[in-house]
Amino acid sequence: MDAEFFRAWIAEIAAVVEAQRDHLTQLDSAIGDADHGINLSRGFTAVQAALAQTDTPTPASVLLLTGSTLISKVGGASGPLYGTAFRRASKALGDEPEVDLPALAGALEAALAGVQKLGAAREGEKTMVDALAPASAAFSKAVAEGASSADALSALTDAADAGAQATISMQALKGRASYLGPRSVGHEDPGAASTALILHALRDVATAQAG
Amino acid sequence: MKKLINSPDTVVTDALAGMAAAHPSLAVDIENKVITRAGGPTEGKVGLVSGGGSGHEPLHGGFVGYGMLDAACAGEVFTSPVPDQMIVATKAVNGGAGVVHLVKNYTGDILNFQMAAELAEDEGIEVVSVVINDDVAVQDSLYTAGRRGTGATVFAEKIAGALAERGAPLAEVAAVAAEVNERSRSFGVALTSCTVPAAGKPTFELAEQEIELGIGIHGEPGRTRAPLAPAGEIAAIAMDAIAADIPLDGDLLVMVNGMGGTPLIELYGVFNEVNRYIAGRGARITRNLVGNYITSLEMQGFSVTVCRLTDTLADLWDAPVDTPGLRWGR
Repeated sequence: MDAEFFRAWIAEIAAVVEAQRDHLTQLDSAIGDADHGINLSRGFTAVQAALAQTDTPTPASVLLLTGSTLISKVGGASGPLYGTAFRRASKALGDEPEVDLPALAGALEAALAGVQKLGAAREGEKTMVDALAPASAAFSKAVAEGASSADALSALTDAADAGAQATISMQALKGRASYLGPRSVGHEDPGAASTALILHALRDVATAQAG
Repeated sequence: MKKLINSPDTVVTDALAGMAAAHPSLAVDIENKVITRAGGPTEGKVGLVSGGGSGHEPLHGGFVGYGMLDAACAGEVFTSPVPDQMIVATKAVNGGAGVVHLVKNYTGDILNFQMAAELAEDEGIEVVSVVINDDVAVQDSLYTAGRRGTGATVFAEKIAGALAERGAPLAEVAAVAAEVNERSRSFGVALTSCTVPAAGKPTFELAEQEIELGIGIHGEPGRTRAPLAPAGEIAAIAMDAIAADIPLDGDLLVMVNGMGGTPLIELYGVFNEVNRYIAGRGARITRNLVGNYITSLEMQGFSVTVCRLTDTLADLWDAPVDTPGLRWGR
């Protein structure tokens, strides 16, 4: 996977968050302040603009520019959290012009560690961590067991989806949803939903390139 | 929902341009969405920076001026601003005596201001952050993101602003802001939700005879839903929640704040109830604000903030202030 692959991934994320903007906003209305879809859409539009104007010769450089732009453009909790996730992933990838599956697994683990350090969320608190943690674990396990790219990415998105769905029955202990207490139960967490979308975008780009 | 806007994408910048045109005492950096005093920083004075999502006007931009904030960062509607904005603001207000960041306790505000404070330190500017978390509706526990920063933000900006204007050092300005926060509690009630321009519809629905208790300031649902009741009963619910958390005795500063869509005739009615409630407890309201100070777009409702005054705090409250949102003594 080279820089071009990662740029394609980011472009796919931008397309998907735009398409799912209202859905994400809806989720964020139920247990938030109705701006998650809008914020991510604005953020990834800015990322696309930045990528169009900047040389990104390595996968790491693509993710670094993505993370930094998100921090500068999104605001809210999503900006710092997603921004840090992409920046940490970038750092883990080093300067290679191409990276392999184990490197990608390491990058996702680094992203998760960054998010958990910044936001202090653990699994079960109804946040993006509930999608990212199981997804990263499933991906790393599949890669370690020698799974094909297709199978590993399948494991990634299946776990992300299950994690996002699992947030429905959780009570929020972090973020704006936590103010609702028990009333946050019964609603999917918008951050977990958007994380699942972002990981699906990764898999879809890989599938398209393989096919 | 009819709104008086050109487009959701330009709501914030259009408003900032309007503020710049209306208030020559302000310098508005539209590109960075930062409002500062037109005269620039005061040499040797602690700079006071706050900020948050737009949609709470006059908070924070309307409180930039003599005796109160030096700078306000305006985020997108209900979205915290970004570290880049906060660094621009921090540098702009640096008079060589350090800068206080007044941060409302929301995850987004906390994370972004935290990043900004680190960047400011890298640039050699000493920053002390004070978190405002006065809302009693949310339990401050392991099970939540902590109490929200609401009405006490206005009190802290005014009182810390006054002390900074007198030339007090950084640690003291930060300490008085923290003291105001510690001595203040708030509770809010909504009769309606509000509509974020880009979302196009209300964040939540309330039936005709329903109200939402324990709201924040971003149009989000509160802690519980309840039936509409006369103002006296609703005011008592709010005051009971506050009284359960701090002693209501001595001299009090009280704000009955409109959420943006409630007329003054109703806010004064609520203040009447709050005044009677407090008198019934043997305390006295010696300073007050009634009006729209920290709003949620067009939400109908009110919040009440009570601060247990000391002589020093009352004196700082009385100090001259000259901002679009608060003006006396000058």
